[in-house]
Amino acid sequence: MSSILVERDVLQAVLGAALERGGEFAEVFVEDRTTSSAVMDQGRVEELSSGRDRGAGIRVVVGETTGFAHTADLSQRGLLAAAQAAASVARGGGGGVREIALGEHRDYPTQATTLPGEVAKAKKIEILRHADDVARSESSSITQVQVALGDSTRRFVVANSDGVFASDNQVRTRFNVSCIASGDTGMQTGYRPIAGTRGFELLTPDAVAEASRGAARQAIIKLDARPAPSGDLPVVLAGGSGGILFHEACGHGLEADAILKQASVYAGKVGQQVASPLVTLVDDGTVVGEWGYLSVDDEGRASGRNVLIENGMLTDYMWDYLRARKEGRVSSGNGRRQSYQHLPMVRMTNTYLLEGDSDADEIVAQTPRGVYVAQLGGGQVNTATGDFVFGMTAAFLIENGKITAPLRDCNLIGNGPEILQRVDAVGRDFSMTPGTCGKDGQSVPVGTGQATMRLSSVTIGGTAL
Amino acid sequence: MSELLERAEKILDAAKGSEAVEIYLSTGVDTEVRAYQGQIENLSSATSSGIGIRILRESAAGAQVGTAWAGSLDDEAISDALREARDNAHFATEDEYVAFARPDGVDPATLNLTDARVTSTPLDEKIAMAIELEQLVRSGDSRIRQVDSANYSDYVAEAAIVSTTGIRATYARSGAYVSVEAIATDGADDQTGWGLSVGRAPSELDINEAARDAITRATRMLGAVKPPSMLCTAVFDPRTAATLLAIIGSALSGEAVVRGRSFFANRIGETVASPLFTLLDDPTDARHFAASAYDGEGLACRKNVLIEKGDLKGFVYDTVSARRAGTSSNGGALRGGIAGSPSAGCRALQLVAGDVDQTEMLRRVGHGIFVESVTGVHSGVNPISGDFSVGVTGLMIRDGELAEPVREITVASTLQRMLLDVVYVGNNVEWLPGTAAGQSLAIDGVAVSGS
Repeated sequence: MSSILVERDVLQAVLGAALERGGEFAEVFVEDRTTSSAVMDQGRVEELSSGRDRGAGIRVVVGETTGFAHTADLSQRGLLAAAQAAASVARGGGGGVREIALGEHRDYPTQATTLPGEVAKAKKIEILRHADDVARSESSSITQVQVALGDSTRRFVVANSDGVFASDNQVRTRFNVSCIASGDTGMQTGYRPIAGTRGFELLTPDAVAEASRGAARQAIIKLDARPAPSGDLPVVLAGGSGGILFHEACGHGLEADAILKQASVYAGKVGQQVASPLVTLVDDGTVVGEWGYLSVDDEGRASGRNVLIENGMLTDYMWDYLRARKEGRVSSGNGRRQSYQHLPMVRMTNTYLLEGDSDADEIVAQTPRGVYVAQLGGGQVNTATGDFVFGMTAAFLIENGKITAPLRDCNLIGNGPEILQRVDAVGRDFSMTPGTCGKDGQSVPVGTGQATMRLSSVTIGGTAL
Repeated sequence: MSELLERAEKILDAAKGSEAVEIYLSTGVDTEVRAYQGQIENLSSATSSGIGIRILRESAAGAQVGTAWAGSLDDEAISDALREARDNAHFATEDEYVAFARPDGVDPATLNLTDARVTSTPLDEKIAMAIELEQLVRSGDSRIRQVDSANYSDYVAEAAIVSTTGIRATYARSGAYVSVEAIATDGADDQTGWGLSVGRAPSELDINEAARDAITRATRMLGAVKPPSMLCTAVFDPRTAATLLAIIGSALSGEAVVRGRSFFANRIGETVASPLFTLLDDPTDARHFAASAYDGEGLACRKNVLIEKGDLKGFVYDTVSARRAGTSSNGGALRGGIAGSPSAGCRALQLVAGDVDQTEMLRRVGHGIFVESVTGVHSGVNPISGDFSVGVTGLMIRDGELAEPVREITVASTLQRMLLDVVYVGNNVEWLPGTAAGQSLAIDGVAVSGS
């Protein structure tokens, strides 16, 4: 199948029309996404759903102003109408006819091998059934199992008045299992996701079984959980569980839109020591197969590996096309959008902390009292103040250098610039976790990663004073 | 008859076969303006439409449902979706409780939720509101150093649901919002504050109030400190109380209950909250921004009393969860757009007003913490176990009045305890966007984690 959704000459004509009334930049983003999902609850296949969304988003930039319109009508007439709507912000008029010549078409094929469209629905049900069986057989205290899987195939073509002309075919597959264990102390939950920019080769029987067992065990262990402490303690984050910390504590504050608006605590700090020397933080869209992998971003820029903090020193921010253009530099490949109905903005891809040289077990052994976090459940940050929270969904006390009692769910809270200085050990057991990042009402898939690490002090939001 | 309903009927007619069919159509027109430094930063306008199709196959062993959706209403997209939904139905497990809604004789409330002024107001006036809002915040206090975003947005949306089981419903609504985020500084410290105003039409918006709110919230947080950990009374402001009520509402979904995923399961008739606490889900109250005549399956929405003077009275049900529970739907189906299937959930929660205003409440509480914003609700609140822990910024309450600002703290308890520990319910109801309206709410015995 050709990945050109709209032909070159049509795109050129639409871009020309978008700039007819003036303006210095126009872009057409055409997307065709098919998705499918299946949910099994308590062993019952509840629902298979299939969806398709196709359309184009067109933006026109005039000075500091962006006009945007989108349409589901991909005919030349539909696209021209959207171009005119987007161009209505160019009020001065007098743009005249502008010839647009697109450059060479760069087409990025998918890296997936087992494409979702080629997987029989019955096979998908088999995966769900297998997961349900494994989770349920873990213990009779598992009273609820819900398993879901979904896939999306997102083809797009993006072309702009600077001549960029690129298309991509992004295939993503996700799976998650949620378990509830019931006991004398009430109900507790366990959760495990598997997600990647891959096809169904991701969901091997072993991977599915491991995730299902993990979710079940997590719920069972938490039945014995005691209230989490309240107050400041050292925190050890297990490998793979804590990348979200960097995503929230500083990632969002390193996005150029927040920087240019002076709405980030990291504005004006390039070249300064902003973190412990153990911190080298990278945003990397090029990690093939990871959930935040992109061959090309939603503005047609090839993804990159961008070092944000090196040995504690702030080296650069993340950029999208427009903000980079304004600053006379190149985009870092971080321009992303939820769909054709949304404007792109600066977003993370896979954000991770490079490994250190400590041994994970040693880090725990050298912590007399603290909290060991095996899984984090998401977080939130205020980029202007740096204050963030993130939730621990599987955690334990550390007593005398040993992992002991499980703890009930709660949030941790801290301030980004302060917490970055408190990284005092980083291990060698790097791994990554998939997540969904929300910003300004738009969700995009991201990866986060790190090796086991310790923060010398974090405020634990429990109830045990 | 609405054009959309007519269109839905035609699609339904063409789709008829041996199975039951449900067609959900939606259309919307959206405008969004963001102002920055006296100019338009983004201006976006869009019309969108889509279709959600559900197919139900019935047999002696039960029914199977399959769904599909498309983000456009062209014939090819519709026929593809229909084919996919039919195919998907074969793979569902036959289930005796699965069914489509049938008309139940309850008349829909007469609600006028669409204001033509959303459409008739010229775009220039909408743009001017966003620009003026930004200006009001920038010039309103010398400590405001930045306005991160000043937005105007509005929409007119319409939906139609028809089915071969006799459902035939159409409903429309409009909404207009302004919101603004201010950053204040005292030289050493930055703080943010967020203000908003909502209405069904642009003329109902109060940009002065939104600006004042953002300025007050940002500036009064300057110099905030991290207090020591303590056990105390928390007073939630109307916005944060609404967030709390929405979480409680999620545990009152009949679906969560029949699936054993709610701490309210099997507790009907028990005392679950303070006697001051009476919680309704009432989409027929037009003051609520989430008001609706019909639910997500096309049945009439109705007023449901969920907790009355502390006693658990009931849950909200859609058709399937009601059948599992051995009852019938009470109009509680929500639908997350074209791609979502109906599921039971609260739509328009309101807590019956108490008899104190916020000032009096603070006076009576005497000492505690005033919660102005919460973060980490998704990560720190578990509506299944009831564990509750959120990040908070706010102010100390000392001698019955608001005192110094505090930040980087968490407030924790369990939802079960918090409901029982409600000590005052405010009379200052604010009709906010979202699932719940809110008013000031005082809750005893929460754990504050600080330094």
